Amino acid sequence: MTPALTALQEAWRKPQGRAGAALLLVVVVSAVVGPWFLPDPLAQPDILAGSRPPGLGHPFGTDQLSRDILARVVAGARVSLSVALLAVGLSATIGAAVGLISGYLGGLVDAGLMRLVDGALAIPRLFILLLVLAVWERVPLLALVILIGATGWFATSRLVRGEVLRLREETYVRAAEALGAARRHIILRHLLPNTLGPLLVAATLGVGDVILLEAGLSFLGLGVQPPTPSWGSMVLDSREVLVSAPWAGIFPGLAIVITVLSANLFGDALRDAVDPRSA
Amino acid sequence: MSGWLLRRALQAVLVLAIALTILFFLMRASPGDPLARATEDHPISPAELAVLRARYGLDQPVSRQFVSFVAGLVRGELGVSIEYARPVTALLAERLPATLLLGGSVLVLNFTLGLWLGVRQAVRRGQREDRWLTAVSLVGYATPSFWLGLVLAWFVGIKLRLLPAAGMQDPLLSWEAGTAARALDVLRHLVLPVLTLSIVSIAATMRYQRTAMLEILQLPYMMTARAKGLPEREVIWRHGWRNALFPVITLFGLWLPILVTGSVFVEAVFAWPGLGSLAAAAVWGRDYPLLMGASLLVAGLVVAGGFLTDIAYALLDPRVRLA
Repeated sequence: MTPALTALQEAWRKPQGRAGAALLLVVVVSAVVGPWFLPDPLAQPDILAGSRPPGLGHPFGTDQLSRDILARVVAGARVSLSVALLAVGLSATIGAAVGLISGYLGGLVDAGLMRLVDGALAIPRLFILLLVLAVWERVPLLALVILIGATGWFATSRLVRGEVLRLREETYVRAAEALGAARRHIILRHLLPNTLGPLLVAATLGVGDVILLEAGLSFLGLGVQPPTPSWGSMVLDSREVLVSAPWAGIFPGLAIVITVLSANLFGDALRDAVDPRSA
Repeated sequence: MSGWLLRRALQAVLVLAIALTILFFLMRASPGDPLARATEDHPISPAELAVLRARYGLDQPVSRQFVSFVAGLVRGELGVSIEYARPVTALLAERLPATLLLGGSVLVLNFTLGLWLGVRQAVRRGQREDRWLTAVSLVGYATPSFWLGLVLAWFVGIKLRLLPAAGMQDPLLSWEAGTAARALDVLRHLVLPVLTLSIVSIAATMRYQRTAMLEILQLPYMMTARAKGLPEREVIWRHGWRNALFPVITLFGLWLPILVTGSVFVEAVFAWPGLGSLAAAAVWGRDYPLLMGASLLVAGLVVAGGFLTDIAYALLDPRVRLA
């Protein structure tokens, strides 16, 4: 656990790491607390009035169904962040498991798993998801999370495998082997803790990717399903009122940029802390 | 060299075959009915539905479907689109030129401007210009292409009326317009989509070039070049950059999936008549043979990109062949 914690501390000491973490904290806090102070994101108080520009009462304006855009952006943050955290957690878990097994066992298992990863990496993630989601009417949110998570571990497993191949030759692993330690013990006690640093970097940088991916899928109508508010589908809906109510699309888009940017800033600082050569 | 090349080519074919298998079984594992959309607007009798299922081979067991899919692929067939009722291969071939024009333009821009900026950043490491360029490119990298496209289309295309915001040609252009006028028209339509795709993807090129150049700048021969009294310009570009270009070649293979993914959104937003908007249309129309064909083509492009990258690398750097 310690190397990963040290990396977190070091990332916090860097200005861009601190900026990213602070910005991300603002997003998380408003997503958690915001809905208590804002109107219901699904309420349509005055549907005949149509879309109103930003002003008093509605800082971000209202959309064509008279729903408060600020409330919807904040509700969308809840959805986007939960999808991203769960999906990235799933990807990191699968990636670590496959990488550890593949790297430590080697042989046919390794060859088989890595060929599968090669094949999967040849298809951009968006297209894998499009194929599964295109014929699926109204995909449930949990299924979406699992699908996004299950398509994000390929590169991570390669990364972890590489680390394991290096660690396998270290003296302390050899010593544990010589003492007759079980494979399970070596993998969980000696190898896993030492791969946590790179794993943490990959996961943090994965958060931004997943938020963009989920927004893109929702923009295509395949991600988060209405009426659940999501940034991508808000931008999609704003296409119809692009000229008369540009604010309907601008604010959810800005929310995406800020969230992804802060996650990436923190992820970059983490990577510099784990691997100083990349700075 | 030829042995290495053969092995690398076989590896590429194997990777493509695995990708194809993954794609096929994933699609069949999806719980949706591929024909749901085709029968949505006009309810048909069970007998007609059975005929339709038989036509698309959906009444066969999955393993049989896979065999006939691969057999069709070997003959160069990708099935028939549900939405357009035409062979998928013909549709893909029709849309390929527009995508190549768009993707090629982004490629040229990213691998000229992006590399140039990356080198400048490395030379001015830690200075204000380096920090600003890093910040700007990171913001671009965090921006969703579909949103940036819409904002640019709204602001530049509709508010300022500077450039066309949709399509590839002006439908009102007179028939007598000459080649030059037509080329200029396409060029004007090209600006906004290229700009959008470039902004969201140039960070990768800049960062990669910056890192590669930083490593070179520390090497002793750079000091030698300076000690010889060469002009700084020559030291940076001729001695430094030439060697910092190697690692950037590998970026091409990594960057291709980003470009393909981005072009789906950008082409859909700007109604650019390429493969990306075709894939988006296939999604909206639940047209699975078309979507399958487009995904396979993309996988083929990515594998071919990786293959070509490796060859280019081996040609330029003889040490690679030993590995």
